[in-house]
Amino acid sequence: MLQTLWDSRVNCIAVILFAVGFATLLLHRNLFKKILGLNIMDTASCLLLTSLGYIEGRTAPIIVDGVTDVQRYGNPLPAGLVLTGIVVSVSVTAVMLALTVRLYERYHTLDLDEIYMLARQEEGEK
Amino acid sequence: MSFIANLPLFCIVASLVCSVISSVLNGKLARWLSMALSLAVAVCSLLVLGMVWQNGEPLTYLMGHFPHPWGNEIRLGILESFFSFVFAAVMFLCMQGAKIALTQDLEAGKRQFYFVMTDLIQAALLVLAYTNDIFTGYVFIEICTLASCGILMIRQTGRAILASVRYMIFSLIGSGLFLLGVTILYGITGHLLLPSLHEAAAELWHTGDYRIPLTSSICLITVGLAIKSGLFPFHYWMPDTYGCATPCSSAILSGLVSKGYIFFLLKVIFSGFGTEVFYGSGVQNVLFVFGICGMIFGSIGAIQENDIFRMLANSSAAQIGYVYLGIGISPEAGVIGALFHILTHAVTKPVLFLSASRLSDTAGGSKRFKDLQGSGYAFPLAGFAFSLGALSMIGIPMTMGFMSKYLLAVAGLEATFKAVPTLLALALSTILNTFYFARTIIRLYTPGTPLSSAAPWRAQASFGLSAICFSLLNLGAGISASPLIALLRHGLEFFGKVG
Repeated sequence: MLQTLWDSRVNCIAVILFAVGFATLLLHRNLFKKILGLNIMDTASCLLLTSLGYIEGRTAPIIVDGVTDVQRYGNPLPAGLVLTGIVVSVSVTAVMLALTVRLYERYHTLDLDEIYMLARQEEGEK
Repeated sequence: MSFIANLPLFCIVASLVCSVISSVLNGKLARWLSMALSLAVAVCSLLVLGMVWQNGEPLTYLMGHFPHPWGNEIRLGILESFFSFVFAAVMFLCMQGAKIALTQDLEAGKRQFYFVMTDLIQAALLVLAYTNDIFTGYVFIEICTLASCGILMIRQTGRAILASVRYMIFSLIGSGLFLLGVTILYGITGHLLLPSLHEAAAELWHTGDYRIPLTSSICLITVGLAIKSGLFPFHYWMPDTYGCATPCSSAILSGLVSKGYIFFLLKVIFSGFGTEVFYGSGVQNVLFVFGICGMIFGSIGAIQENDIFRMLANSSAAQIGYVYLGIGISPEAGVIGALFHILTHAVTKPVLFLSASRLSDTAGGSKRFKDLQGSGYAFPLAGFAFSLGALSMIGIPMTMGFMSKYLLAVAGLEATFKAVPTLLALALSTILNTFYFARTIIRLYTPGTPLSSAAPWRAQASFGLSAICFSLLNLGAGISASPLIALLRHGLEFFGKVG
């Protein structure tokens, strides 16, 4: 049991990180913390992918010194996926930050519940 | 392979290029470009459909000449091309019908950016329908999310920005879960292309290895996409989102974007996991239960609203419940019902949103029921289109809504344990639907106070055309549904086949 846990320690850490990010995104009222949670969640997925793609003793598939043995090289696909994932997460974060700035300029707070109340009041006044 | 096989890729690239070009055009030109694009995509999809139908089996279009398990692929099947056609046609009619609403709601100098977003959504929907690679699917799911957020926040009111933040949070939770599911699946199978995944998943299922990771990845992918399409209990973003967006955005989001996710989920189920694995894992029962809850609670939510847009949004949540109910019942008859209901909702909900916006215009822009009293007389065509759409949602015979409920009920009868809950849920939800839609129709046709004058005739013509098209489609497909059902059935046989 402990041995299995130790062997899959990276996966366990990734899952814990994912849960932390998920809970932060879902439960925190502060918009900025929500965005941090989102980033932690994406990082966890990236960590999991990277750890899946890494095999001890193998190197990046760039042929050096004429060694063409398949056993020497790892699969580059997971790294490519991680890069794509990072790009996606950066763009999503940018949009979320832009939205946060808009809301802050309008309501001068980052608390989502408070913003909701203010928006309701605003609608009521109309 | 004939030239037509290239068309899906051309359409995707054209949508992306058009979205870039739109950003430097003025609003009017951008709108024309966007509409021309949707029309072209619809025509191309029909050509592809014809070719696949003649060919008799699905085709695989290789991108870069590497067959699976290495390259990236596009899969040309009946359902893929047919749904692309429907999505593009509905997109066209939405933009056609929402001309006035868009001019009112968008800032003068920023109109073109709206069409940048709709072009991106068009591209994403095409990719979600055609792609054979689950990771490409993920990337375009995110593109779709960002573009949808764009068409929500373009109306610069505080409520709209708040709603788009909520929408983003739910969507991101959904895509996060989806990505984690894909990662786990890649870890145990080593594949991302659906045909290779299919073989690997079937083998794993038979040997019994990695049963827990496989099941959890199925759960994560399903739940992720279910959250994004707004299945109960994750539908709370819907009323806010559809309630304060511009009507065209509400129509596109409820009619197309959420359907795009569901179609991709079906694709992953049928050509990725395979029906044997998915329906063996028990996840479909969870979908079944939540589908029923969505049908009931969505309708109860709709009854409590006194804002016509929020009512329609809650009703959307209920309709999503129908679709998941169908997926939950069985992989053959149930999924046919679900697919038919996707079509019903894609044809009905946009016209409801568009005509509600026209009706509220005659009531001086108010969306409250009490102000809408008598507006059916002020704008007869909008009143008619709304009433027909509402009847279809209730499930009156001769409309598409009746056929989809009929198909779901028949599918339910074939499943032993699910027969009674399905029929009860359908009956209860029909009663609830009748309650809130009939109430609205009665309001619209109760003689009321004098209303503000309707828009000039020429401006109404664009809405009229789209409302008439939607209504004809609804009636046509409702009266002679059998060719459509035959097409769906034939397409579904294709779906599981590895091309």
